[in-house]
This record gives sequence, C-alpha cells and structure tokens, in this order.
Amino acid sequence: MDINYPNQGMPKLPPLKPGPWIIPVILISLILSSINTIFYQVGPDEIGVVQQFGKYVRLSDPGLRFKLPFGIETVRRIKVTHIFKEEFGFRTVTAGTRTVYAGREGFYGENVRVNRQMRPGSDDPFLEESLMLTGDLNMAIVEWIVQYTVKDPVQFAFRVRDPRETIRNMSEAVMRLIVGDHSINEVLTAGRMNIQEEVEKKLQELLDDYGAGIAIRNVILQDVTPPNEVKPSFNEVNEARQEQEKVINQAWEAYNSVIPKARGQAEQILREAEGYSLQRINRAKGDAERFTLTWEAYKQAPIVTKKRLYLEMVEKVLPGIEDKIIIDEAQKGILPLLNLNPPKKGGEPS
Amino acid sequence: MKERNLGVILILASVLGIVLLNSAFIVDETEQVVIIQFGEPMGEPTQTPGLHWKTPFIQDVKKFDKRILNWDGYPSEVPTRDKKFIWVDVTGRWRIADPLKFLQTMHDERNAQSRLDDIMDGITRNHITRHNLVDVVRSTDRILGIKTEGEDIMADDKTYEKTEIGRDAITRNILEEAKTIIAEYGIELIDLRIKRVSYIPSVQQKVYERMISERKRAAELLRSEGQGVRAEIEGKRDKELQRISSEAYRDAQKLRGQADAEATQIYGDAFSKDPDFYAFTGSLERYPEALKHGRLVMTTEGEFFKYLKKIE
Repeated sequence: MDINYPNQGMPKLPPLKPGPWIIPVILISLILSSINTIFYQVGPDEIGVVQQFGKYVRLSDPGLRFKLPFGIETVRRIKVTHIFKEEFGFRTVTAGTRTVYAGREGFYGENVRVNRQMRPGSDDPFLEESLMLTGDLNMAIVEWIVQYTVKDPVQFAFRVRDPRETIRNMSEAVMRLIVGDHSINEVLTAGRMNIQEEVEKKLQELLDDYGAGIAIRNVILQDVTPPNEVKPSFNEVNEARQEQEKVINQAWEAYNSVIPKARGQAEQILREAEGYSLQRINRAKGDAERFTLTWEAYKQAPIVTKKRLYLEMVEKVLPGIEDKIIIDEAQKGILPLLNLNPPKKGGEPS
Repeated sequence: MKERNLGVILILASVLGIVLLNSAFIVDETEQVVIIQFGEPMGEPTQTPGLHWKTPFIQDVKKFDKRILNWDGYPSEVPTRDKKFIWVDVTGRWRIADPLKFLQTMHDERNAQSRLDDIMDGITRNHITRHNLVDVVRSTDRILGIKTEGEDIMADDKTYEKTEIGRDAITRNILEEAKTIIAEYGIELIDLRIKRVSYIPSVQQKVYERMISERKRAAELLRSEGQGVRAEIEGKRDKELQRISSEAYRDAQKLRGQADAEATQIYGDAFSKDPDFYAFTGSLERYPEALKHGRLVMTTEGEFFKYLKKIE
C-alpha cells in the first residue's frame, strides 16, 4: 500500500493473521454457496432428468431432491403429465376465442417463421397451414389440433432438438399425406373420423422412428370447409338437395290430399247409385203392387170399375180446362163460327 | 513465514484450478465435440457424454449438436410432368453424423441449413417434374369415395386419375438421392417429407372454377332429379284419380242399370198380367197432368158427353 494513496479500493482491514481458522471458514462459505446447487424441486407433474458431467445418470421423482453441487450434476425438469397442444390453421387467443388470421407475427410474439414457410405473395400464414389438396385434386381448408404428452423423458430430453417444431412439421406433412388420399367429399363429411385416426397412427409411427419419446394422444379435426371462393357453390348443392326433398315431399303431400278426397267422392257416387237403385226398385215394387191390387179389385166388377175410374178422371181434368167446346159429332166445318182468340176475362161473347 | 507459505499455496491452488478448468470439458448427452489444436481438428470426435480431458490452452473444443435436427425448405415453384405448376415445401430430419467432416465442409449449422436448401431444392425439383401431379398428392390406390350419404351426387363420367408410383415413392426417391450427396458433408439425412403442396394462383383459380362448375352440375342434377320424381308422383296421382273416378262411374252405372232392369222386370211382370187394363189406368192417370190448361174441343160421341144428347 502506497502511503500517498491510502485508499486503493481495498477495504481497511485490521491486519489479518491467517491461521487454522481459515479452513473452516472456507468450508462453511463453500457449503452456503452450494445450497442452491444441491437442493432442487421437482413439481408434481414433472420428472427430473439428472446428468453428471453431462452424462445421464438417473431420473428424479417429484419432491425435494439432492444432487451434487456446482454443476457437477445438472437437472432438467420435464413435464410428463401435461398435455401439449398444437393448433393448425388457427390459433386460440383466449379460451373460447379463436381466430384464423394472425398477420405476420404469432400471438405470443413468436416468430411464425413467416418468410420461410409462406409462398411469396401470400399474407395469411394460417391459410398456408390449412389449405391443401385432396385426392381428387380439389382443395380444402382443414383446421386441426394435435395433443401429445411426453412418454419417455430421457428420449424427449436428448434425442430430438426442438420437439415442438418437429411435431409441427411432421403433423402438416402427415395430414396432407392422408388428406391427399381422400376425396373432397370424404374430407368434408364422412371421412373425418377415418382421417383423424390415420394421421394419429402415422404421426406416432414416425415419432417412434425418431425415438422422440412423445406419445400422440389425439388428432382432432376442427373446421373443414371448401375454400371461400368455392363455398357458395357447395352450399348450392346442399340447397339443391334440400330443395329436391322439399319438391318430392310436396308432391307426395298433394297426392295424399287429393286421393282420399277422390275416394270419398267415389264412395259418394256409389252411395247415390245405391240410393237410386233402391228408390227405383221400391217405386217399381210400389207401383206394381198398386196396379196388382187395383186390378184384382177391378176383376171383381170390371165394367163398373172401368166406368167409375173414367168418370173420376174426367172430374179431375175438365174443371181445369177454361175453354171447353163441345161439338156435335156430325157437325162439319166449324171454322167460320169459331172464335180463335183466347177467351177474355168476364167471358164476353164476340 | 506461515503467511507467505499460505499465500503461495493459495496462488498455486488458483493456478492449478485454472489449468484444471481449461483441461477438462463436459460433453452433454446432446452434444458431440471436436478438439481443435492450432486451428486444426485433432483425432476422433468425442461423442460419449461425460467429463473429458484435453491439453489446456493449446487445445480448444468445438461443440456440435448430436440430436435430430429440423430442416424446413423454402416453398419452391415446380411444374409437374402434366404441366401443373405447384408450390412444393419439403421438410426433413437430419443429424450431424460425422462432426469432423461437418466441420471441415459446412463449418456450422447455419451454413448447413442454406446448403441443404440449395441441394434439396434441386433434387426435389428434378423428381417432381418427372411425375404427374396426382403422384405427388396421392399415396395409395384406394377408391376415393365420391358418394355422399348413399347417393351419388356427381354425375361422374370421368374416372379419377390413377397414380403411377405415389407420393411415398417420390419422397423416398428424393431421400435416397439426397442422402448420398449429403453424406459427404458428414450429415445423415434421416427423413424427408413433402410438407405442403399447393397451386400457383393462376392454376388455383382454374381449380376453383372447376370445383364450382362441378358443384353447379351436381346441383342441377339434383334439381332435375327432384323434378323428375315430382312429375312421376303427379302422374301417379292423376292416374289414380282417373282410376278411382272411372271405376266409381262404372260401378254406379252398373248399379243403376241393375236397378233399372229389375224395375223394368217388376213393372213388366205386374202390367203384363193385363196389358189392356194397364193401358186404361195408365192413360187415365196421366190425363190430368197433361191437360192442365187451355182449350179442348170434344165431340158428343165421347163417353162423358154422350148423355148430353140422349139418355142411353
């Protein structure tokens, strides 16, 4: 220490006499500073992967654990029960809200690696993920999610760098592979379950080939639609189908309303005919009976009955006739005497 | 004396410590290491994880990733054999199999990524132009279901294109070719997939137009089928109506005819017992109604008036 510069940054210490006490001090300070590097916690949903000088040595269960200090042993915590989810063609912003457009940056500020993955001139990264070709060389917009868990933490930690990106690339490749083998109708409707299963299977197969230590839990299709430009014509087909059903139903309705009515009318006609025939026959019977009875009575006294009947008829007829002219049988040529005008009221002789 | 000894010990200890630190290195499970001496790689790369030793200060350590790495290419515009222009995006998995060779040829990963881009683009392009689009898209020969809900909604006169080799085979060929080239760089190409295939805008437009016209055709077919069925039902209805009404008419007429016949029979039976009497009473019955009004000219010859002239 130079006497001209009393303070050179060194604290003023009483002259320290190094002695045997220095060794326990060093030891204690070592121990204190190493506490951080000896104790560690493994969460209930995690497993710890412990490495000694970089070499994997053991796994740690959840709880408070010990390891060798000062970086001799290091631990990676792997979440083994958490279900990870990857979304394709859309992103969920908050629970319940989702969007299919994000612009050039992902929602969490992540770099969607836009330049690399998008076709030049395209501005919708989600559409790039979801627009694909079907087996009949049509196009469809397919949104889906992949859910996975870690099944082998050691493999997961050491075999594949960036498992998430690997899963994303593989999922897109496999989904397009499977969709590329189905027709657009299958993709839109009946083939969905099939496609999900096949993608799940194939994806797991490939990940196992890499030894990635990942278990695919689910592949679930979300919205699957034809491209926007084409949607109206697809709707048209649905509408046409509905229209067809409606038209056919209406025709049957008309049929069903008219035929019973017609049957009813037919019944009525028959009833009327029956009524007529009843009436006709009964009248005939009645008339015939009347004639027969009259005739039988007449047969008892034919001449008198005939005269009587005749006189009864005259009695009915003559009073009604206003203009009666009785001429002698022998009289010829009555014309000059005949008043051809209809008789006037009051009966004035002309 | 003791102080100086302790000081020397401390200094020696720290020097030893520094030397020790510089002669040991840790290789992680995910790493592989090449030892460099004066800028030149020395010996075999170290691939076993753990604590290893080297000559301090003179030798340095260059670390490489041992894990499976991702490569994702730029989408590139490629024409297929049947002249369809498509965007193809290929993705692959690779690892640094020989870090020494890798160091010598590629030097680092960033370089490797861009070299991979160039190589893969060329190879991919070659293979795709050799095949039709359907081979790039389809991987099996399964029959595509074109029916929806039991009905055939497409009036399908064309058969769907058959594949020659299929998507899997194409990617396998690309992989095989690329593998050997890339192995020179100490890289093992593990896997290659077609990640995305899409149409260029002008072709996409045409495809949309085709899809639209196909749907329109299907819609038309549905509508006309509907009309056809309706006409059928209406025809049935009309026929049924005719049948019902004509049968009713027939049966009614039959009944009436039978009734008339029977009535005639009854009258006949009764009146033919005495036709003259029938004529007599029948006419008598009808005179009152027939001669309701008007003028009647009669002679005294008649039955009624003969007593006007004389008594007998």
